[in-house]
Amino acid sequence: MERSPTVRLMLRLATAAILLFIYLPIALIVVYAFNTNRVPTWPPAGFTLEWFGRAAQSAEIRNSLALSIQAAVGATLVALVLGTLASFAVHRFAFFGRETVSFLVILPIALPGIVTGIALATAFKTIGVQFGLITIVVAHATFCVVTVYNNAIARLRRTSRSLEEASMDLGADTWQTFRYVTFPSLRTALLAGGLLAFALSFDEIIVTLLVAGPQQTLPIWIFNNYLRPNQAPVVNVVALLAIALSVIPVYLASRISSEAAGVPR
Amino acid sequence: MTSTAQPARPALARRLAAALYRHPRLQLGLLLGPPLGALVIAYLGALLLLLINAFWTYDAFTGRVVTQPTLDNFAQILSTSVFRDVALRTIRTAAAVTIADAVIAFPIAYFMARVASRRTRNLLIVAVVLPLWSGYLVKVYAWRIMLLNGGFLDSALSPFGLHGPGLSDVSAWLVFTDLGARAGSTFRRVILPMTLPAVIAGSIFTFSLTLGDYVTPSLVAGGTQFIGNIVFENIGVVGNTPLAAAYACVPIAVMVVYLIIARRTGAFESL
Repeated sequence: MERSPTVRLMLRLATAAILLFIYLPIALIVVYAFNTNRVPTWPPAGFTLEWFGRAAQSAEIRNSLALSIQAAVGATLVALVLGTLASFAVHRFAFFGRETVSFLVILPIALPGIVTGIALATAFKTIGVQFGLITIVVAHATFCVVTVYNNAIARLRRTSRSLEEASMDLGADTWQTFRYVTFPSLRTALLAGGLLAFALSFDEIIVTLLVAGPQQTLPIWIFNNYLRPNQAPVVNVVALLAIALSVIPVYLASRISSEAAGVPR
Repeated sequence: MTSTAQPARPALARRLAAALYRHPRLQLGLLLGPPLGALVIAYLGALLLLLINAFWTYDAFTGRVVTQPTLDNFAQILSTSVFRDVALRTIRTAAAVTIADAVIAFPIAYFMARVASRRTRNLLIVAVVLPLWSGYLVKVYAWRIMLLNGGFLDSALSPFGLHGPGLSDVSAWLVFTDLGARAGSTFRRVILPMTLPAVIAGSIFTFSLTLGDYVTPSLVAGGTQFIGNIVFENIGVVGNTPLAAAYACVPIAVMVVYLIIARRTGAFESL
């Protein structure tokens, strides 16, 4: 707090401007979703819920929402299992190539989406897997592992092992120790990592478009419809839905993480 | 059956637990096997297959892939000016976006670290992280409707006799934000070395995201081509997977170099 008032004011203004820059486009989508006018022109003509009704009636939108949720749940479950196992291995053991594991987990999100997408699409085609829910889940899981892994390993590094040792000394076996000591201390980290994985999968399009075949997830539906003028207001509603379904998990995850870290809100 | 099997199970579980405790290597193998197996087979295997594909060729006449290894695709990419121009434009854009992001992120990060109260800081963390993780496509779409002619930006600027930059001038925005990078030398000499590894760690993702993007360009760049578009068209519409694979080697190579440099600066500890 030792900065001069001018510097502090400028930083405050800059922060406000950046937040405006980030949130203004998203706020516009929310406004246009309720706009009576078909074309997204400013200012909005009036308030209506008509487009929400249209979106709810569309079987295509309902199906793509269902597919997105299935894919995100599937990818999250796979990521939870693989991410947790990897984090335990890296945290508990010293072995040759330990650094490489972290690198390998990060690689699927560090390489551009198009690379991951065509690599997996080519592989699926070569082994003859039909494109659909399974291929989407596998593709999403590869880049979702990192969220669970990072959250779990950060928690493992923070928690002391003495509780586990005490549990073992008192006669609990490996399973009991995991169930009653290790897992409870890890639970919120896994929940936060899982929520982030869900959000990451739910709005992914770059990789999904290449491995989904004829199937449409919610982002693919938006991508296929945003250029159709008569769909414009409904696209805004679906976009709003997509924002809500990925923002809520991320918000929950950040609350869970800060609570677990003992940071008062 | 069940009555005799039931007391045996806990004993077996206990024996297994004891065996695992005595053989930590077995424990490690069981922990590491599934995630490593999945990532190595599904991910590295797929990448390897992609690289192999890059050396095959596509016969436009028969519409089939010829599995005879050649360097034809790479020769074609290097000798065709469109491929070269698009690759350079993509790398330039990715660099500009990364710099712009660092410049935009810095004041807010500095404010959070040094000025904001603890309560504000926690709110800001959520506010900044929220859109980062979610709604990528939606955000691009949102920018599109904001920039559209007759849209919000046009009417917001019209009282000042200005109009919005439209859809094709995204690069103008990038240059505009880029200028801010030259501003403070104190920033460069004092603060930057302290945060550089963290900035580089963050930049890996912004750089990579722009490098392989084909959705953002098609939504807001008004038909300007990037590496992602060409790869996507070749694998989808044209069906020339080998050429797409060879062209995808450009972002792979760039990212490998980027990751090696990032590793040298110690950025991986900040990830």
